[in-house]
Amino acid sequence: MAERTKVTILEKVVVRFSGDSGDGMQLSGSIFSNLSAIFGNEISTFPDFPAEIRAPQGSLSGVSGFQVHIGSRKIFTPGDKADVLVAMNPAALKVNVKFLRPTTIILIDTDSFRKNDLEKAQFLTEDPFKELGLTTQQIVAAPITSLVKDGLAEFGLDNKTAIRCKNMFALGLVCWLFERPLEEAVHLLENKFAKKPLLVRANIKALTDGYNYGNNIQASVSTYRIEGKQVEPGYYTDVNGNKALAYGLIAAAEKASVKLFLGSYPITPATDILHELAARKELGVKGLQFEDEIAGVCTAIGASFAGALGVTSTSGPGLALKSEAIGLAVMAELPLVVVDVQRGGPSTGLPTKSEQTDLMQALYGRNGESPAVVIASSTPTDCFEAAFWAGKLAMEYMTPVILLSDSFIANGSSAWKIPNLDDYPAIKPHYVDAYIGDQVWKAYRRDPETLVRYWAVPSVEGFAHRIGGLEKDYTTSAISTDPVNHQRMVTTRQEKIDRIADHIPPLEVIGDMDAELLIIGWGGTYGHLYETMEGLQELGRKVAFAHFRFINPLPSNTEDILKRFDKTVVVEQNNGQFANYLRSKIAGFNPHRFNRVKGQPFMVSRLIEELSKL
Amino acid sequence: MNAQDYKSDQYVRWCPGCGDHAALNCLHKAMAELGVPPHEIAVISGIGCSSRLPYYMNTYGFHTIHGRAAAIATGVKTARPDLSVWVVTGDGDCLAIGGNHFIHAIRRNVNLNIALFNNKIYGLTKGQYSPTSERGFVSKSSPFGTVEDPFIPAELVFGARGNFFARAIDTDLANTTSLFVAAARHKGAAVVEVLVNCVIFNDGTHRAIIDREFRAERTIFLRHGEKMLFGKDNEKGLVLEGLKLRAVTVGKDGYTLNDILVHDAHEADLTLHLMLGLMKGDLPLALGVIRDVDTPCYDEAVTEQIEQIRTVNPVRTLQEFLMKGEVWKVG
Repeated sequence: MAERTKVTILEKVVVRFSGDSGDGMQLSGSIFSNLSAIFGNEISTFPDFPAEIRAPQGSLSGVSGFQVHIGSRKIFTPGDKADVLVAMNPAALKVNVKFLRPTTIILIDTDSFRKNDLEKAQFLTEDPFKELGLTTQQIVAAPITSLVKDGLAEFGLDNKTAIRCKNMFALGLVCWLFERPLEEAVHLLENKFAKKPLLVRANIKALTDGYNYGNNIQASVSTYRIEGKQVEPGYYTDVNGNKALAYGLIAAAEKASVKLFLGSYPITPATDILHELAARKELGVKGLQFEDEIAGVCTAIGASFAGALGVTSTSGPGLALKSEAIGLAVMAELPLVVVDVQRGGPSTGLPTKSEQTDLMQALYGRNGESPAVVIASSTPTDCFEAAFWAGKLAMEYMTPVILLSDSFIANGSSAWKIPNLDDYPAIKPHYVDAYIGDQVWKAYRRDPETLVRYWAVPSVEGFAHRIGGLEKDYTTSAISTDPVNHQRMVTTRQEKIDRIADHIPPLEVIGDMDAELLIIGWGGTYGHLYETMEGLQELGRKVAFAHFRFINPLPSNTEDILKRFDKTVVVEQNNGQFANYLRSKIAGFNPHRFNRVKGQPFMVSRLIEELSKL
Repeated sequence: MNAQDYKSDQYVRWCPGCGDHAALNCLHKAMAELGVPPHEIAVISGIGCSSRLPYYMNTYGFHTIHGRAAAIATGVKTARPDLSVWVVTGDGDCLAIGGNHFIHAIRRNVNLNIALFNNKIYGLTKGQYSPTSERGFVSKSSPFGTVEDPFIPAELVFGARGNFFARAIDTDLANTTSLFVAAARHKGAAVVEVLVNCVIFNDGTHRAIIDREFRAERTIFLRHGEKMLFGKDNEKGLVLEGLKLRAVTVGKDGYTLNDILVHDAHEADLTLHLMLGLMKGDLPLALGVIRDVDTPCYDEAVTEQIEQIRTVNPVRTLQEFLMKGEVWKVG
């Protein structure tokens, strides 16, 4: 290989693959992120699908993207702006202008930058770069389509199939740009098209041609090198938030030796959880689609009554439909996990975009005094941990647990060290065989310490019982409308949830313990807030960061921590729901707030700018 | 086992004279006849007068929320096909707020025994018309009469591709019991519509048909393999003329016993079953098992699919599964 003239060694870099929906950019992006992870980089990725089902070819609304953030140090977000943009057509260039830096390298396929392509993307002139004001960016222009067609002539593929391989040519160019050896990419392609050997060879040829093209033309662009870093030894795989969440549920059921039952209904962006669990039949999972959202949660409650871990997965509008049934699970005190992968609302809102606007619905969106556990996952891989905890708390404390994820972390992915379940805490469902009271067992008899009632699974003789949505007598478990008893039961149900605080990990603070500013967050904004803290520290500020997984109940040290810092700011993608909640729980707590509800992930650079004003 | 083994210690709180009392007793007797131990039975209900029933059973029971009994029971049965699962529901609970779950539980053919207590009124909320109330029915919420047509449960069940439907009347204890037994023995979703009387808000709604004085003339009890005969002395029968059923008198107008239809509850084609289920007016109301056809049921199919996949895929733990995916080793 010829010596490069300009090689910049960077700690992190953002690559955005972009093209028409049919250009295969998701595949190029995911292969590039995987081989970077194998190389030893940290990765975080995010796919950006068009909102329309099938937009016209070459149109602005049909642009599909995949952003990869790779680095030699900790990476938490897919990154704000692109250092490299692959734009397979003019529409992709135009749509992504907002993600460009003055120094971005832009790779384009000149074969799809002809006059009619420019018109489809609503360019008025024949120079799209000038028209968009792109004067400082470095352009690598290659006739990718024709090079791919020529390169694959010997394979005897039809025209359409041959042209489809252009995403691999583009990937080859990017690999050249980053000095990535092709072996791992070849290996990944062999797996991907294992059943189609001809396609494997054609894709590898296009990939190699792309790489060699970059090498041969010696394009005078600066190339990047990201060193591999020492990551924790182990086996790794690539996982997105929805899959990790599904695996976490399986892990919890496995750990507790119960069957996992998912009742669900398709809804963006939660459907992949249903897909994953429906496919895991070899593990004995019953992952099933039902007639509506209400049936999803009701079948799950029925399954829990029958002794399984009942789970339902949905997004905001579906959570609204499930409210009454979740109240039943609160009253019947049955295990239930309700996953809400939040999206833009209200109503149908922005189904493919991400927000944190369902917090109040999760906490309070039911009739009556109806306390449930609420927890939130913070990153794609943390969805595994959070789901495991959700299952654990549901079964050990006989309560519905609402697990909040969001569209951003559900679709985002990163490298994940395959967990060893032996390292995880035991899950001991609160079965009735642990009942040791001197009186005859009744359905609402409780463990005196935790106030948890016992799980009497059908077909155990001597434990047949009736439960339901009507208020029950604290002692006899029969229906009761007695006012004193109702007060006692309301208090007990609340107290049961409150006491879980003693059994969950404490809130952690990271960063400077003598910080002038504590950043407070919850859920899927973890990566952005972490990088914001780092960015502020680089500016010389003393900053700390506390991120909440457990929201109801709050960890028992929450008040101590929040009151330790003079200046605090709650940053969230809603109008201040968590800030208000914390204020309702902690007397005298009065944080600054930073709220944005745009359906888009935070921009770290913007957060640094805003928070540095505090 | 006897009926007493299935009774709980709870005081039954329905109004004196309510048809639900009789239906409850029939259920106790049917369970005793079936002999399934109480702890292997789950009785699931929604909301309404009839949905209080699980509290009066000595089985596992779950009194849930309005309209959702079929969905919750689907979860119970799918998670645990070994349990005998009953749904107890009323016309409002089942056919109005719970209509969607009801038709889908039937379409899916979940092996549930569904007792639908039809009194054509909302009793617990004190007297509003229900989805089975006749057009023009005057109630508190329809002071000038309804302007909508009712569901006929049999028609809805067949429309949802149901394969077991029986109709009973609350005062006929022996037959109601035997129909519950038949429903339980049917594999798949089985619906028994029990015509019950609401003594307070809709007293006598079924009287015009089922009163002892003319019940023999206005109803027909269908039995598989037997002639469709009715009347005080079984002198009347049903014949099929063209595309219509007709009630005739044997020995009159040239009709002989040979002309009378024989009931085949196991016939897969539902055309005749639908016609029988819809009979009214000049034709007697059909009681008994109208349709009873064996088809694969959902809960078993879910389990079988899992077993089938497990015979070809030896992976059993999450860890094994994850290690079989695209994995790379570091260090």
